[in-house]
Amino acid sequence: MSTVKAGLRYSEDHEWLDTAVTPARVGVTAIAVEALGDVVHLELPEAGTELAAGDPCGEIESTKSVSDLYAPATGTVVEVNQAVLDDPALVNEDPYGAGWLFTVEMSAEGTLLSAEEYLERNGGELA
Amino acid sequence: MSQDTPENTSQDIPETASPRLTALHAVHESLGAHFTDFGGWQMPLKYGSELAEHRTVREAAGLFDLSHMGEVRATGPAAGAFLDHALVGRLSAIAVGKAKYSLICAADGGIIDDLIVYRLAEDDYLVVPNAGNAPIVVAALEERAAGFDVTVHDASAETSLLAVQGPHAAAILLSLLSTEDAARVGALKYYSCARATVAGHRALVARTGYTGEDGFELFVDNDVAPALWAALAEAGQGSGLIPCGLACRDSLRLEAGMPLYGNELSREVSPYEAGLGGVVALGKEGDFVGRTALQQQRDDGVGTTSGRRLVGLQGLGRRAARSHYTVLRDGSPVGEVTSGLPSPTLGHPIALAYVPVDLSEPGTRLDVDLRGRPEPFEVVALPFYRRQR
Repeated sequence: MSTVKAGLRYSEDHEWLDTAVTPARVGVTAIAVEALGDVVHLELPEAGTELAAGDPCGEIESTKSVSDLYAPATGTVVEVNQAVLDDPALVNEDPYGAGWLFTVEMSAEGTLLSAEEYLERNGGELA
Repeated sequence: MSQDTPENTSQDIPETASPRLTALHAVHESLGAHFTDFGGWQMPLKYGSELAEHRTVREAAGLFDLSHMGEVRATGPAAGAFLDHALVGRLSAIAVGKAKYSLICAADGGIIDDLIVYRLAEDDYLVVPNAGNAPIVVAALEERAAGFDVTVHDASAETSLLAVQGPHAAAILLSLLSTEDAARVGALKYYSCARATVAGHRALVARTGYTGEDGFELFVDNDVAPALWAALAEAGQGSGLIPCGLACRDSLRLEAGMPLYGNELSREVSPYEAGLGGVVALGKEGDFVGRTALQQQRDDGVGTTSGRRLVGLQGLGRRAARSHYTVLRDGSPVGEVTSGLPSPTLGHPIALAYVPVDLSEPGTRLDVDLRGRPEPFEVVALPFYRRQR
């Protein structure tokens, strides 16, 4: 069963935001990864890009389909995970860890859910 | 994150309220399969990673449950003549023990389904339509049988179909046969079939498949399917065989340049547009359903000098085209993608698309509108992938 990691903030579009670190870190949830299948290509915003919460900011290409990635927060992209660009399978293998996507210097959160609220809507198990 | 394209395995086929289950459903559940609705059936989409399943079929072997496919028997003295009338090919000319790819068309030439026809005996044929189309094909065959000394029997409900596909498929299957059967089955050419006893179970074994690899398809009675699956899985353990779902079946067939009904083929498509003109036997004797329309299309050069044609596209960037995306030439819409994905074997995006015939030559540069951004593609010869022999 797909896990929902405690302590993170979640968008309805299945991104997670870790505000416990600075800059905040962004990724996609295990539930999203499960639905996508094997991720083969990522289009991520470059460092310095200004994000507006809720706006599309990238793409996740899987064998099956392609999905838009939405900014979970307003702010400036600080760092992009080069490892995940080189090996998109990291998103499948470790969505909350090595498969993180980028970090953002946040000025405001978007409309986000707690882990418990996200779990309630999407199922899975808290870890 | 939101997905804006349907998965490739969903087709424009009406789903029944409660999907049908194959005789292997409990086996799939025990293997932890992810299921999908396909042509009215609940079928395994994948068991683990669809990429791993794809690669395993290319490098070792995969085991598929294809029991959703239809099986229709046409038997009787006029079975060959009947199929010559009902389908676009010259089926009466198939040698016993051979198979042929064919089409069933409407009177206007539109494709009702693509199918494989096996000649089991002089007056005994097996027709295999696609899952979602099987009821339509059965109805059309029954209607077209009028006036012929033939019996049409829909055996889909009592028949299971398993496939072993990949470079190790032959060794795995032959290990389950008697010496005598192994010699016969091992000598089967592509698109041939023979009856054999596989791990003690009577089966019709055909050297056919939809993956671009060597392999076999095994037609058996439903009650035999679980035991046969178990025997094949065990026999393949040392060769790396794994169960495979419809997700990798779709990526495998696309690499092999094979059309999928509902994507490349439909009632709105002419065989000539689909590059299947060679399947239409206008030279055969007697009338057949669709002849007048198809003759006219051929005379008009549909798919060769006029209209549109199905082509292969190779992505020059990393982003993949998907079904229904618009093909552009100098910014103007000229065609539509029918299937597309990132090719696991080739490492770049591949797609099939309908484009005007004057843009169908390999080397032609086109773009595909990928959600508002044009991405460069080039027309390439099909298939995208051909196995080493």
